[in-house]
Amino acid sequence: MTNDINKTITRIAEIIINELKLEDITPETFDADLDLVDEVGIDSMDLATVVLVLRDEYGVRIDEDDYPKLTTVRIIAGYINDKLSGSE
Amino acid sequence: MITVSSLLDDHWYERYKKISRLNIRSSIYDVTNRCNLRCKGCFFFSSGEHEVAAEENDVDKWYGFVEKEMERGVNLAILIGGEPTLCLDRVEAFYKKLPTFCATNGLIKVPRDRFPDMMVGLSLWGDEEDEKILRGKDTFKISSGNYEGDPHAYYLYTITPKQLGKTEQIIRKIRDVGLKVHIQLLSNDEEVDGFSWQPDELVAVREEMDDMLDAYPETMISSRYYHEIITTGKMLDRSFGWLECPSVTEPLDKREPRPKRLTNFIRWSSDLKTMHRCCTSETRDCSTCKDGAAHMSWVMVNKRAHIKTSKDLQNWIEVYEMFAKLYQFIPW
Repeated sequence: MTNDINKTITRIAEIIINELKLEDITPETFDADLDLVDEVGIDSMDLATVVLVLRDEYGVRIDEDDYPKLTTVRIIAGYINDKLSGSE
Repeated sequence: MITVSSLLDDHWYERYKKISRLNIRSSIYDVTNRCNLRCKGCFFFSSGEHEVAAEENDVDKWYGFVEKEMERGVNLAILIGGEPTLCLDRVEAFYKKLPTFCATNGLIKVPRDRFPDMMVGLSLWGDEEDEKILRGKDTFKISSGNYEGDPHAYYLYTITPKQLGKTEQIIRKIRDVGLKVHIQLLSNDEEVDGFSWQPDELVAVREEMDDMLDAYPETMISSRYYHEIITTGKMLDRSFGWLECPSVTEPLDKREPRPKRLTNFIRWSSDLKTMHRCCTSETRDCSTCKDGAAHMSWVMVNKRAHIKTSKDLQNWIEVYEMFAKLYQFIPW
């Protein structure tokens, strides 16, 4: 389970770096607990872009009402894993 | 990777956090095709937008339309015209459900018992002389009488080239009636002689706007960065224009690559069905557009491009704060 979540975290970090063209950071060095709005500076349009890629990759639907909750990579990974395991 | 907090001291970081999650989603609505003025340079009439669609006269349909707009995620209704105060029942359909801003020439007073805290933007195109040339009458005399001291109203002062050297008297008049002012520049859609901006005039007006902000910080809702952007048309070495504008109606936006833009933005005609191309006139040359809200939005949607230096990010914060104040998402 820990392995799964870590893999998801790294992949989500990679998607965010690629989609938002973040510089000087790698998926491995991305702090999974970094606040995406308050620290990375992403906005709702950025998040919508990332969500589209996540939807295609993981086949999960992410409700727009849930966007405000998705504040870190770790939280997004947990959200996706919960969806995949059917617990949400 | 550069983080927000690494660029800001505690004071600026607190300011950033107050606006970073506001997630403002505006759309613009023509409330009516009619107006009680006919101003030279009004894009609505000069581009024939008042003839594009017949008005929806059934107020119940306006209420239903607002519900659908809310479902679309709109959380700020910007009402323009014609003159919205000619149709207060339609204005009320928005106001009862959504944070609402009403642009008006101020000749008709919005009844405050019915709309106690609706933000009202009063258009003003210069001093008495310019107002008479462009709008046929000195509206300030009437609008300032209607709204003196109103905490939910401000002047939207459109500066013309003829106003160079004369803006202070206007700002002072506005201060003296207890109101705030936000400024933008005339786009002169109807090419009225002498009212188009020349390069040296844009340099001069930027300096004058900066001076006014320094002299009247309690009255002016503005920022130096906004002055720079609106007079130069440049932001971070990019030029404003069709390929960059964030205020294009989303379902009509076929631009590739798609620029950073306002999410779900639509400008609706008063038939509640027809969409206009963008927040101003479809016939306007985007490279010379001086629309203040479009330029503010241009900055706002490009936040991460400003996460490069402390000064860039502070500039972004100031512009976002301006917008949030003008539409009552944060206090003055």
